[in-house]
Amino acid sequence: MFTLIKTQKYSAIVFAISFLFLASFTLGQDEKEASATSPGHNQIVIKDFNFSPMVLTVKSGEKITWINRDEEPHTIVSVDKQFKKSTALDTDQEFTITAGAPGTYTYFCSVHPKMTGTIIVEKS
Amino acid sequence: MSDYISHDHEHDGIDRRGFLQCMAWAGTGLLWTISGGVLASKTLAEIAKAGSLPAATDLSFLQISDSHIGFSKEANKDVTETFKIALDRINAMPTPPSFLIHTGDITQLSKPEEFDTFDEVLKSCRTKDVFFVPGEHDVLNDGGKLYRERYLKSVEAKGSGWYSFNKNGVHFIGLVNVLNLQAGGLGQLGDEQLEWIENDVKGLGSSTPIVVFGHIPLWAVYPQWGWGTSDSERALGYLKRFGAVTVLNGHIHQVLQKIEGNVTFHTAMSTAFPQPAPGTAPSPGPMKVPAEKLRSMLGLANVQYIQGKSSLAIVDSNLS
Repeated sequence: MFTLIKTQKYSAIVFAISFLFLASFTLGQDEKEASATSPGHNQIVIKDFNFSPMVLTVKSGEKITWINRDEEPHTIVSVDKQFKKSTALDTDQEFTITAGAPGTYTYFCSVHPKMTGTIIVEKS
Repeated sequence: MSDYISHDHEHDGIDRRGFLQCMAWAGTGLLWTISGGVLASKTLAEIAKAGSLPAATDLSFLQISDSHIGFSKEANKDVTETFKIALDRINAMPTPPSFLIHTGDITQLSKPEEFDTFDEVLKSCRTKDVFFVPGEHDVLNDGGKLYRERYLKSVEAKGSGWYSFNKNGVHFIGLVNVLNLQAGGLGQLGDEQLEWIENDVKGLGSSTPIVVFGHIPLWAVYPQWGWGTSDSERALGYLKRFGAVTVLNGHIHQVLQKIEGNVTFHTAMSTAFPQPAPGTAPSPGPMKVPAEKLRSMLGLANVQYIQGKSSLAIVDSNLS
C-alpha cells in the first residue's frame, strides 16, 4: 500500500513535469510565430535606421520585442524614462519589455537619435 | 589613383574629377602640417614620393578615424588588418608626423576587448603621441566612462571629455558631441561644453590658428542621416574672430570638405569600411564594395600648416 502511494506520487510528478514541458514548448512556439509574422504581432523590426512599425498599439501586459536587422548597433531608450533602456543591440539581437499602464510611450535610439518610435498601450 | 588634373577652373589644383575621386575615398590617412597659420594637407603617397615634408612646415600631424575594431561583417571582415595597414603607412613616412589625432569610433561595440586590440595594434606606430575624441560607438553602454579612463586621463579632459592643448603656436580643441543625444536630434555639444569653449579661446589672439576636432561633423552634412551637430553654430560663433579655423571630423567614413569664411570643415575616411555618399542609399550603414576596391575607400588625413597661405589645401590618401 505504501509502495502504491509512492508510485502514484511519482506518476503525478512525472505528469506535472510533462505538462510543464508541454506548456513551455507551446509558449516557445507562440514566440517564434510572432517573430515570423512581423511586423504586427508586437514585434518591432529595426532596419535601415528605422523602427518598423513606427507606431505600435498593444494591450497592457503584452510583450513587445525589438529585433535589430541592421549592421549598426542600436538602442531603445524611453524619451521620458518610462521603461528600462536596452543595452546596445548588435545585429540580430533582441530586446523585450512588457507593456505597462495604458498610455503613449515614445522612445528613440540614443546612438542615432533621428530614429524614433511610439508605443500606444491600451487597456487589456 | 591618378593625380592628373584635367580642369582647374578655380586654379586651386582641384578639378571636378579629382574632387569626386576625393569624395569616393573613405578611411585614409591625411597628414596635416602647420606652418605659420594655414593648414595644408598632402597625401602620404605624395610625401613618400617627395622624400620629405615641405621645407616650410613647422608642424604636421595625422588624422585617423573610425577604426571600428570588432566589426566583422561583409563590408570589411578584418578591420584590425586595415587599421594595421594605416599604421604601416604612417611608419613608412620619411618624416614622421608630430602626433596623431583619432576622431572617434575606435571600437564597434565599446567592448573592453575591442579597446584592448586597438591599443595593442597602436603600439606598432612609431608616432607615440595620440589625441583622442570619442565616437558614439565608443560610449554605447557606460556614457563614455571606460573611454575617458583609457584615452582622456593624460589630457586632463573636462566634463564628458573635452580638452584643449597648444602645439607650435596652434590651438587644438577636442570636443565631444556623441553623448546625451536628444530624441529626434543630431550630435550635440551641450551648454556646459559650449561655455567651456567660449572661455577656452577668450585669451587667445585672433591670429592664433585654431584646429577643432570631434567625431560627428560640426556642419550640416546631411541632417536626415543625423550627420550634423545641433548646436555647432554656437561653438563656431565663439571662433568667428579667428583668422584660420580648421574643423576635422570623422563619423561619415568619406572625405567631404566645405569652406565657409575663415572656417574649413573636413571629414576623414575610416580605416574600417566606407559609408554611402549622403542620400544615395536607404540608410548610412556600412557600404559593401568589391574586395579589390575596399582599400581605395579607406585612408588617413595628413595636415600641414603653412604661413602666408590664404586658403587651406586638403588632400587625403587611401590605403590602396
